[in-house]
Amino acid sequence: MKCVVCRGPAVIDLKRHNANFCPEHFTKYCREQVERAISDFDMIDPDDRVLVAVSGGKDSLAVWDILLDLGYRADGLYIGLGIGGYSDTSGRHARDYARSRGAELLEVDLPGEYGYDIPTGSRAARRTPCSACGLSKRHLFDKAALDGGYDVLVTGHNLDDEAAVLFGNVLHWQTEYLGRQRPVLPARDGFPRKVKPLVRLSEREMAAYCIVTGIDYLVDECPMAAGNKHIGYKEALNDIEVRSPGSKADFYFSFLRRAADRFEAESETERESLSACARCGAPTTTEVCAFCRLAERAGGTSGATTPQPVTLSRKDSP
Amino acid sequence: MTDTVLVRLRNPNRETDMAAPVLVSVLLERLEINRESVLVVRNGTIVPGDGRLDPGDVVEIRPVISGGAS
Repeated sequence: MKCVVCRGPAVIDLKRHNANFCPEHFTKYCREQVERAISDFDMIDPDDRVLVAVSGGKDSLAVWDILLDLGYRADGLYIGLGIGGYSDTSGRHARDYARSRGAELLEVDLPGEYGYDIPTGSRAARRTPCSACGLSKRHLFDKAALDGGYDVLVTGHNLDDEAAVLFGNVLHWQTEYLGRQRPVLPARDGFPRKVKPLVRLSEREMAAYCIVTGIDYLVDECPMAAGNKHIGYKEALNDIEVRSPGSKADFYFSFLRRAADRFEAESETERESLSACARCGAPTTTEVCAFCRLAERAGGTSGATTPQPVTLSRKDSP
Repeated sequence: MTDTVLVRLRNPNRETDMAAPVLVSVLLERLEINRESVLVVRNGTIVPGDGRLDPGDVVEIRPVISGGAS
């Protein structure tokens, strides 16, 4: 198998592009896909201060790596979730990467600063672990981006992530979610600007990017994600993709081009009902936001009577 | 000299031997693994679908799917 660019030995075949790449040209391809996503969806301005949500996994480290290579001023933010040895290891990968690039890594420790961990929060709030984790991370990333004065918050959601979420939302016709499933969410109503520069790249491509560029990412899956429904959606979509290459990209990008606008009104109605959380000031549709309710049920400490900024600590940064 | 490839799998971690030589695409078919959901790695290098695995090789079937709601 030969690289379609240089005819040298290829290491990866991308059926949906009918293309094979050597390590050098695969790396170039990934950067070009990110540049194109940023340009097509007007994601990031060259002078923006960028905060990357970093987990220590392949996607967040890859997007951080590509943004740094493209010259963006990108800091990372890692949240310690208190998931035992898994969190210890993921934090180590994030710190090691930041050190290797001379990049700034900010950290928030959920148990240390908010008094609960994800296993406890999940049980106390009767949410699935992934639900409690996603809720906590979204709240803390949003606040960190706003409190830190960042222009944009970057997440490592890739094409598979977006296609799986879309699949789930369509399966259950969650129209209010369909209206806001975009690669860019503008800053408004107390939320920071949020962008997903990896939407043109698959999960397999991101893992390959890390391997060919030598990024040491956390390979093991979170022990609390077993049975997660999104993994099931991804497997179902991959069964389709292997028979019909390009299906995931067509599903997602055709939705953006041809259908997303049709659901905009429902999301707008939800946004109009947002007000400030009585405890922390974050935008919410209820008196007390879901994060504060979760923390309270888990015996945590976020139930402040005045808005509390996220505490950022710099650990092991160069 | 063994006449098999040692295959290391994850989630859960386990090992199995497969007759060699064998193409990566054939190996994945025998293991009933969707090629979209993994990479095959030998000595830190990705081996493409038409790559041949020889007796004595040790390869990792690295899953690429990660979970969690967005």
